[in-house]
Amino acid sequence: MLNYVLRRIAIAIPTILLLVVISFVLMYAAPGGPFNSERPLPAQVMANIEARYGLDQPYWKQMANYVWNVVVHFDFGPSFQYRDRTVNDVIAQGFPVTLTYGFWSFIFALVVGVALGAAAAIKHNSWLDYLAVGISIGAQVLPNFVMAPILVLVFTLWLGWLPGGGWQGGQIEYLILPVIALSTSYMASIARITRSSMLEVLNAGFIRTARAKGLPTSRIIWKHALKPTMLPVLSYLGPAFVGMITGSVIIDVFFSTGGIGQFFVNSAFNRDYSVIMGITILVGVLTVTFNLVVDLLYAWIDPKIRY
Amino acid sequence: MSLNPDPDTADRLLAAQAAADVKGRSLWKDARQRFMRNRAAVAGLVALVLICIFAFFGGFLAQYEPDYVDFSLIGANASQGVPSFETGHYFGTDSSGRDLYARTVQGTRISLLVGIVGAGVAVIVGTLYGAIAGYTGGRTDGAMMRSVDILMSVPYMFVLILMLVIFGRSILMLFIGIGLISWLDMSRIARGQTLTIKGKEFVEAAVATGVRPMTIILRHIVPNLLGLVIVYATLLVPQMIITESFISFLGLGIQEPNTSLGALISNGASNMQYGVIWQLAFPLFFFVITLFAFFFVGDGLRDALDPKDR
Repeated sequence: MLNYVLRRIAIAIPTILLLVVISFVLMYAAPGGPFNSERPLPAQVMANIEARYGLDQPYWKQMANYVWNVVVHFDFGPSFQYRDRTVNDVIAQGFPVTLTYGFWSFIFALVVGVALGAAAAIKHNSWLDYLAVGISIGAQVLPNFVMAPILVLVFTLWLGWLPGGGWQGGQIEYLILPVIALSTSYMASIARITRSSMLEVLNAGFIRTARAKGLPTSRIIWKHALKPTMLPVLSYLGPAFVGMITGSVIIDVFFSTGGIGQFFVNSAFNRDYSVIMGITILVGVLTVTFNLVVDLLYAWIDPKIRY
Repeated sequence: MSLNPDPDTADRLLAAQAAADVKGRSLWKDARQRFMRNRAAVAGLVALVLICIFAFFGGFLAQYEPDYVDFSLIGANASQGVPSFETGHYFGTDSSGRDLYARTVQGTRISLLVGIVGAGVAVIVGTLYGAIAGYTGGRTDGAMMRSVDILMSVPYMFVLILMLVIFGRSILMLFIGIGLISWLDMSRIARGQTLTIKGKEFVEAAVATGVRPMTIILRHIVPNLLGLVIVYATLLVPQMIITESFISFLGLGIQEPNTSLGALISNGASNMQYGVIWQLAFPLFFFVITLFAFFFVGDGLRDALDPKDR
């Protein structure tokens, strides 16, 4: 097990390094520097600015500096657009917001998805089952950028129940629509996976044995069926996490919640490379770490896997 | 006993052979029958054909060019840009006074193209990559699939946007970017299937007769992957459409005067509080129907072609 953990970490580290290097190479390959504008600056001014941001140094040195700063100091350097702000400031401002609604979205998708899927499997071929299947088919075609306008249309413009944007320090009424918009399609996928996995588990021999020896149904479900059911769900959580963190860009832009996604898109329009790179790397590190945790959990839960 | 059988016997033999031919069912015919029995899949296929006709020939019905701006309508959309047959704006007009019908036709066409090109790249690159990795095995396989693992754990949407920013936002760049990530899943699937095919007798026979590895892969392995590949390609098209619409929704994808369903939905969503709900409704309708159609056809194909689920 320890061997597996170490090997898994040994893959995670080069992945992150690779991401840092790729983003740097991409940025360096960009035609035109970040300070090129329609009115060319005087040569001396340009040289001063480049020296300030370290752009006058040779290529390999810039890259080494960048990688060193990111890896050792968690310092993504200054923003090219906002003179008074570093990339770290931008992340520090936006990330807590993203984390808040991202966390609730994840919990919502997982809890409601598993509950719905499990209930559908236990009451196989009942109205609950059909409802769950209907939701999971319908939600396939409702990605977050479709859900968000529909929710705002219904709950803000027609019913007037909830605000259609803003954050206000994360008060609950500002949290509801973003969380639902972000998590619905993943909730549906988790429900679908849980349902089919649970159906398979409930037909397995050890469940029949448990029934035969007269255990109450609730005990069978909780003690015996739930753990093996969760295995396929667990392996879906990695992709779901990537999808949600990507979807947070849409949420931030559409609901003006002020998370990192909003900075990301603004920087994309302003060609503020260092912010884009910083956020890309941050998201990459989160993803890799999350996948690592999921894999380790998987190895821990699944008795069949031995490393 | 003569060497030449009498004409009667020959006729009867031919008739028997013809009868046997009729009764014999190929794998594909079998699959088609199974597909046709699946009502949702057939409905999906019909919807898909209709959407393709709409996307590629719907422009002939339009009364306006997609980039024609009717300046008299700007600001008066809610009252005068309403969908109606009399004005020729079947779907109304968008916020710049352009005909939404023509725009929706154009957007649907581009979304379909992006989806199909993305899936096409996935089929070609992913299948070959997976088949080569699976067939070669050993260290090459390990290295090839490990790099796929690494690429898959990168949050590609961010990298894709980074690329769009750096190399400029154009349709070509979008195609390249989507093509770059679309093949990863496919290569895994193709590799898994190749591993089972590799052990079959006909591959052994080919090896024994001295066929070169690349020829074995192309002539013996890839054709046997085809069923699986078609299924996943069909399911990949909607994924690609979603990816493209996601980027276009942010305004980073398709640029004016071109458009896609994602860009149209984005426009509609930002104008919906002004009482021009049709600007959201029509693109959304086509988006949802297209995705549904592809998912149903893909599911139907999987049931028809994938022997595991039978």
